[in-house]
Amino acid sequence: MFRTMLVVALATLTVTASAATTDPYPSTYHAIASGPVLIRNATVLTGTGTRLDGADVLMSDGRIIGVGKNLDAPNDARVIDATGKWVTPGIIDVHSHLGVYASPGVSANDDGNEATSPVTPNVWAEHSIWPQDPGFATALAGGVTAMQILPGSANLIGGRGVTIKNVYANTYQAMKFPGAPWGLKMACGENPKRVYGAKGSAPSTRMGNVAGYRAAFIDAQTYMRAWDKYEAGKKDSGKGKKGDDKKGDDDPPARDLAKETLVGVMKGEIRVHIHCYRADEMSTMLDLAKEFGFKISAFHHGVEAYKIADRLAAEGVCGALWADWWGFKMESLDGIEENLALVDRPVNSCAIVHSDSPEGIQRLNQEAAKAMAHGAAVGIDIPPERAIRWLTANPAKALGIDTQTGSLEVGKMADVVIWNGTPFSVYAHAEKVFIDGALLYDRSNPKLQPKSDFMLGQEVAP
Amino acid sequence: MKQLALSLLLLTGAASAQDVLIRHATVHTAGVRGTLKNADVLVQGGIIRAVGPGLLVPPGVPVVEAGGKPLSPGLFAGLGDIGLEEVSGEDSTVDGAQSFGGNGLAPQMRPEFDVTVAFNPHSMLIPVARMDGLTFSALAANPTGGGSLVAGQGGVVRLDGDYANPLGGRQLYVSLGSSADSLGGKSRAAQFMLLDQALREARGLTPYGSPYALLTPAGRETLAKYLLGGRVLFNVDRAADIHQVLLFARRNGLRPIIVSGAEAWVVAKELAAANVPVILDSLQNLPSSFDAIGSRLDNAALLHKAGVRVAFTQFEFASHNARKVRQEAGNAVANGLPWEAGLAGLTSVPANALGVGDKVGRIEPGLIADLVLWTGDPLEVTTLATQVWMAGKPMPMRSRQTQLRDRYLQAPDALPRAYSH
Repeated sequence: MFRTMLVVALATLTVTASAATTDPYPSTYHAIASGPVLIRNATVLTGTGTRLDGADVLMSDGRIIGVGKNLDAPNDARVIDATGKWVTPGIIDVHSHLGVYASPGVSANDDGNEATSPVTPNVWAEHSIWPQDPGFATALAGGVTAMQILPGSANLIGGRGVTIKNVYANTYQAMKFPGAPWGLKMACGENPKRVYGAKGSAPSTRMGNVAGYRAAFIDAQTYMRAWDKYEAGKKDSGKGKKGDDKKGDDDPPARDLAKETLVGVMKGEIRVHIHCYRADEMSTMLDLAKEFGFKISAFHHGVEAYKIADRLAAEGVCGALWADWWGFKMESLDGIEENLALVDRPVNSCAIVHSDSPEGIQRLNQEAAKAMAHGAAVGIDIPPERAIRWLTANPAKALGIDTQTGSLEVGKMADVVIWNGTPFSVYAHAEKVFIDGALLYDRSNPKLQPKSDFMLGQEVAP
Repeated sequence: MKQLALSLLLLTGAASAQDVLIRHATVHTAGVRGTLKNADVLVQGGIIRAVGPGLLVPPGVPVVEAGGKPLSPGLFAGLGDIGLEEVSGEDSTVDGAQSFGGNGLAPQMRPEFDVTVAFNPHSMLIPVARMDGLTFSALAANPTGGGSLVAGQGGVVRLDGDYANPLGGRQLYVSLGSSADSLGGKSRAAQFMLLDQALREARGLTPYGSPYALLTPAGRETLAKYLLGGRVLFNVDRAADIHQVLLFARRNGLRPIIVSGAEAWVVAKELAAANVPVILDSLQNLPSSFDAIGSRLDNAALLHKAGVRVAFTQFEFASHNARKVRQEAGNAVANGLPWEAGLAGLTSVPANALGVGDKVGRIEPGLIADLVLWTGDPLEVTTLATQVWMAGKPMPMRSRQTQLRDRYLQAPDALPRAYSH
């Protein structure tokens, strides 16, 4: 009995240690079973840049199986007349702290920043998620079907982010998006230097910030070489005859959770998401990425992204942005309402509307609408079929889940929203939200509006 | 330059720079006349003189053709720090709170603290707000560590860049509940106890020099004024606390306004009966604290239905992104508030509640001509302001943000962008 367990434990350890992306806390998410659904005669924004008027969307077994005009419904399909309605892919928020900074905002729910050391790639946001955050329900009512939960921005390297499906469960594992890569949260600028500078420790300056990132990656390179050498040795010894190896040479290097994450980044298995406001700092981070051979998936907040929109597009880095926040600190001073439109403008751009807010995540469609209007006012016309990509296909791409979701294409997850009209309006409501083909929110049916455990029995919230 | 000035004079004839006739607008008066289609608004000397169809153009008054577009009163920017702060995170630029109690000293209750004297009409935030149709704002005294739950006084300012502010009288700002915990003995019971004690002093029931005195002589004089009818804004969320505020106010003859009021809908009837307005954030629908468990998106709609006057503000980025109040009003309408009440929550309701309703907040003869012409529905997020007038004067539709935009909108030149201005 004990022997068996030990063997199993060792086997797991070996596998995990050799790959930063093996998951000891694996997804147990299962799509909720549902019959086929045909949404008929809607204005469909596919998320691929196309708008189809008077079109149908057919889903079955959790997948999109048809998008187009006059689709045939299977006999057992539920048919929804969506005349006058708009249909889009489920909305994806690339930057959320739901669950890690849950409501109510009491000290016990303050789980987003491990602000005890500026470099903590060893912590994983998922281990802080409280799945009963009432904010998941309100985000769902805003059409959000998936999101990345990130650590906060107190640290230079804040830890791993996780992508989840917006379906209530008792455990985060049961929300975890199957097969989605992890993100790594990093932060530029004022936050890390303020948090640690105030404690009288490094970093206290922007140059201290950059020295901190570099030192962490240099350490991780050494670690990566030790593991690569060990792995290569294992292969070599596997080819040769066994038995006469000297015990000890084959011992794996000591595992280090922090460095393991950074190795995953340098091997391209973990996506890098950087909180960074200023154009000059984003450029420094692009150079840092080159220095250590990793790719940046997205700059988050980027209020000055418009100043380097061409470079971001050329290097294939997304800009995850707000529509209009500015001025709350020096590094956000140059925010403008055309930021999204200007970042979207170059060829191969990747503009994303993100929230970083339990309120903002509920109306990412309205944030996009504001940016569209400001773009149009300066001659940058962004049609709905393009703008919808800011909150669907582009975040899916940044998160590495774009082969699974983010657009209405045959074979993809049936993450679908039916809106009462154009989503780009203050009067827009998500009327029905499907996740993997299951109807999990219905504005007209209180029974299909989830409520977290926390909200039960609260006398003032009947 | 002189020539230009002369030719402008010739063009406008005898009229002042504060005369205009805006013709063929959809006029949202925010007053008893509601919305008037195809109406004209005549402004002379900065004051609205007439509102109605087919007005005659007095000689020399310039005419603006609105082409049926909506014209609204200038909007309320909410409660905030516009003109009191430049960068929220930089203390040296922020004047909206006192913290005499810092550095180990006990917090001080200083109701005489009046933020309006710190108002900077040249703040870079003002053109940003005005560009989006916001023309008046309530400067709020904020509670802060080292300060007090009686945060101090504020007042209403017009966002016209003028020193001649504030408009009207002052208001007193008080914070209660868990958000003011550290300022009031860590119990809301202690908060009411302190308020009681302060009012006793204001009534002269505590001798000067008493070791138990909370207030300075100036503080007593200030509070005494509010016992005679000044407006007191109570920032409070929990229904039970709002109920206590109403009792406290009645007992002491105060005229309260409820600010934030996440659970105000629960006590809507009481609020209506006491004729107490609520200035709220309509997007507050999460139980962000144990004071706000009952938060819901139709708070404004339920209050309005019960007969409570509702105005909008926001709290998170209330100064820099004050323009979001328009989105709040739109969302309140999307969640059941009648459209006219949504507009009133940005215009006449806050103006009346803050004692400046005879000057701003409606398009009616005799009021200051602070007006906004829109591309469409003023409550819609895709709508932009095309022109803002303050006291009849067209304001430049330009801010630091539009200048940054224009600099980066163009392809780079041979010289660095620092030369493009």
